[in-house]
Formats: sequence, C-alpha cells, structure tokens
Amino acid sequence: MKLLKKSSLSLMGALVAAVFLIPYIRMIFTALTPANELYQIPAEYAPSTFEFSNFITVWESAPIAQYLLNTLIIAGSATLVVLVVAIPAAYYLARFRFRGRGLILLLVLATQMFAPTSMVIGIYRQFVSLGLVNSYVALILVNAAFNLAFSVWILSGFFSGIPAEIEEAAMLDGCSRFTVLRRITLPLALPGLLTAVIFTFIAAWNEFVVALTLTSSVDVRPLTVGITGFIGLYEVQWHYVFAVSLIAIIPVVILFISIEKWLVSGLTAGSIK
Amino acid sequence: MKKILAGPIPWLTPMLVLIFGVVLWPVYEMIRTSTLEISGSGKEKGFVGLDNYRELLENPNLVGAFVRTIFWVVVVVTLTILISLALAQLLNQDFPGRRYVRWALIVPWASSVIMTATSFRWMLDGYYGILNRILTDLGFIDESEVVEWLGSSSTSFPWLIVVAVFVSLPFTTFVILAGLQTIPNEIYEAARVDGASPRKTYSSITFPLLFTSLSVAAVINLINVFNQFPIIWVMTQGGPGYDTDTTTTLMYKLAFRSQEVGQSAALSVLNFAVILVFVLIYLKATGFTKKEQD
Repeated sequence: MKLLKKSSLSLMGALVAAVFLIPYIRMIFTALTPANELYQIPAEYAPSTFEFSNFITVWESAPIAQYLLNTLIIAGSATLVVLVVAIPAAYYLARFRFRGRGLILLLVLATQMFAPTSMVIGIYRQFVSLGLVNSYVALILVNAAFNLAFSVWILSGFFSGIPAEIEEAAMLDGCSRFTVLRRITLPLALPGLLTAVIFTFIAAWNEFVVALTLTSSVDVRPLTVGITGFIGLYEVQWHYVFAVSLIAIIPVVILFISIEKWLVSGLTAGSIK
Repeated sequence: MKKILAGPIPWLTPMLVLIFGVVLWPVYEMIRTSTLEISGSGKEKGFVGLDNYRELLENPNLVGAFVRTIFWVVVVVTLTILISLALAQLLNQDFPGRRYVRWALIVPWASSVIMTATSFRWMLDGYYGILNRILTDLGFIDESEVVEWLGSSSTSFPWLIVVAVFVSLPFTTFVILAGLQTIPNEIYEAARVDGASPRKTYSSITFPLLFTSLSVAAVINLINVFNQFPIIWVMTQGGPGYDTDTTTTLMYKLAFRSQEVGQSAALSVLNFAVILVFVLIYLKATGFTKKEQD
C-alpha cells in the first residue's frame, strides 16, 4: 500500500517535471536541428541528426560573446553593488532600534514591490537627463536598485536569527563591530547571502524591459535584448535563437539548482517572517 | 572611526541613496513627464496640466486594454495560486525522485521569460509548430489545417495566459512549500490522533496556517503579472492591432511606437497608482503595521 502510494507520487512527479521541461526540450531539439529541416511541414518531433555545429556557427556569426560579456558585467556588478549596499543596511536594521527605523523598513518593503517595467518611462527620462543612456552604469544601477530591497529584507531576516550574544562576546575580546560582522556574522548568514546573491544575479541576468529601452548598441546590450534581434518579422532562424537561449539558460539553471537546498529556507526567512 | 560607525548614517546611507536616486527619482520623473508636452524626438515643449490624461482617456484602445488587464491579472493569479497549492502539496510529500521534480520546476524560474516565451511562440507556430503536429497525430485537426494560435486574440490571449501561469508557478510553489514546511509536524499528529479526515486537516489546519505565505505569494504575483511585458511582447506584441495589449504593453507602445511620451507617462502614473494599492495590500498581508512599526 505504502509502496503503491509512493510510486504513484513518483509518477505524478515525473509528469509534472515533464510538463515544466517541455519548452526547454523543444528548445534543445530546435537548437540541434539542421537548417534545411527547420521549416518542415508538418514539424518533426526530433531532428534526423543532431547538428551541434549550430552552436559554433551562431557563436561566430553574431556578437554572442559580446552580449554574454555585457550580461555578465551588468549582472555581476549589480550583484556586487547590492551586496555592498545591502549588507550594512540589513545588519544595522536587524541589530539596532533607532528613530525612523519603522519608516525605513516601510520604504524597503514598499520599494520591493516597485517593478522597473511600470516605471520604464521615468527611468528612461531620468537617464536621458543624466546623459547615461546606452551605458553599463545605467543598467547596473537600475538592476541593483530594484533588487536591493529584496536582499535587504532577506539578509536582515537572517541577521536577526543570529544571537547578538555571540557578537557581544567577540566584541568583549576587542573586535570592532566591523570585524565581528565580517568574521562571525556573515559566515553564519551564508545561506541568506547566497539566496540574495543568486536572486539578484538571476533577476539582472534575465532583465529585459529596461535593457530594451536603455540600450542602442551591441557593445552594452545584454543577451536578452540581443536575442530578439534574431527574431525578425519574416524568416526567423530558430535554431540559432535557441542555441543562444541555451547558452544563456544553462549556467543560470545550474547556479539556481546548486542553491536549491537553501531556496526554501531563504524564502521562509525573506518573505514570510 | 568608532564614533562614526556608531550611528545609523554610514550603514544606511548607501541604501537610501540608491532607493531615492534610482527607484524614487523615476517616479517623480514619470509624474512630471505626464504633465508635459513632449515632441517626438523627446524635447520638452512645456507644461500642459492634465491634457495628457485627457487625451489618454480618449484613446480608443485604453478601455479594451484596461478590461483585458483586469481579466489577465485575475485569471493568471488565481490559476497560479490554485495549481501551486497542489504542486507544493505534492513536493512536500516524500517520494523517490522528488529532488529531480524540484529541479525541473526550477528551470522555468531560472530561465529568462523572453526565451521561454519564444519557445512557446515557436511551438505554437501554425505551419512549423510542434503543437499542430501533435494535434494532427491525435486526430484533433486535419493534416492540411493550419491553426494560427497566435493569429487572433481569441486563441492567442488564452495562450498568453497559459504561458504567464507557467512562468509564475515555480516561484509561487516554492513560497507555498516554504510555508508548508514551517507547519510543525506535531500539529498533524495531534489532528490524526483526534481522528480528523485528510480533507478536514487541510481545511482547518494547513490552509489557515498557510495564509501568510499565500497572501505574500498572491500579492507578489499580482504585481509581476500586472507588469508582465516580455511574454506579450514576444508572442503577440499586443497584436493583432491592440487586441492583446495590457496597460503595460500599451504604455510601451505609446511611448516608443506612437511617440506619445506624455500620454504614455500618464498611463504609467495610472499603472503606478494601481501598484501602490497592491503595495498597501502587501503591507497589510505581511502584518507590517502591527509588527514592525513600533
């Protein structure tokens, strides 16, 4: 009976997994389709041969490396900015009671809900007036600022969970507050840090609307926008579109799966506490 | 040095600078722009009061987009929550292979929505799409029949909803799963001892205890779905015509297609007001006013 229940659960699980993987399996098959089989009527379930050279061709014929580099610079720097800004803020908010704390928490929680999509006109006009359109700086700042609140929220949840006594003991031994934070508190809050890092990185890696509006040339344009260049109005080279998509997706999926263990606890601390 | 580190200023200033400089400044810029006349090339031609709002309200596509947005948000969020409740329940059970199911669920979450939506667009293609092939093989459509799923809003809008639910499920499921795991096992044991049926246990223990994570998930989804742009943009561009536009895509089209920057800013101010209402609900749902303010 128990075995039956478990195997039926496994079966259901397998079905669920299959449904969630469908678009990506189709992506893999299309990316490996030879060009002359792409526009077959009716469509084939799988290509007759796997054309791995599609990946090389697209890499050589379009500025994929540049797009990827841009994405990496933007997402990496935005994550770094978030960490540098969020850690001290979250730490202070978690450890100290002071006048205006409630107001600042309100600000953080409220801005967590602001999405750049609904404000893209304002963002665009702001960066035009700053003369920063089509620059890394603009995209780094926007991605950092709009993901900041979430990280502050998650991190302060983790910092609150670490007993202040541990820190006080170290401070009695002569460590400064900064040393305590670096040597004791941060290592203990590692799951929270990882969650914040991965969430910010992935949000910035996948950001589209702001990049679409603020970039106009290949040298700063991230991959999400670059890829839409392959999708013209008429003939779309789907095998190349999906080869590029996979190049963008695979590393992030691996990154995300590697923190899967902490994902649930991270979300519990961050959005529920 | 010690003295400076003692106050809140050095710890909090960078965060406040970023929030005010990059999140709140565009809000101000947006409101200001909505009261200006802006030329096609982006030059300011002076203050016009509420003219942009008036023109916007006369825009023939506004009402349709607005009604569609409400429908879009309600249907996508409701479906997402219902399916996620079931998925979270499944993933909270212990069974062989559960780990891999969770991994599969992470894939759409980690992937860019642009790329996921592009794959759906390709699968739905009338001539070369795999969906029509499958439907032909199953005998639902004739071999010569070309069903252009994205060609008219009566079929494309439901598909947009499917894709929006698809990409919203992973996050929502994991939030609910996180909520499920905070419920202590003892409560379930006590219920079992008292002879409660599984259904009764779910409705009077699990569901009420899930309320906080559910409402957080619901509000975050409300905002994400309301702001959803990439799915619609990749699959239909709001078309044909304006038939599948939501207020978000209409706002983008107004600014960058029709060069009606003022009208677009007016619409984004209205959108923003809607978001603020969601934020208030969110603050209430997280119990902010009670817990943190004192």
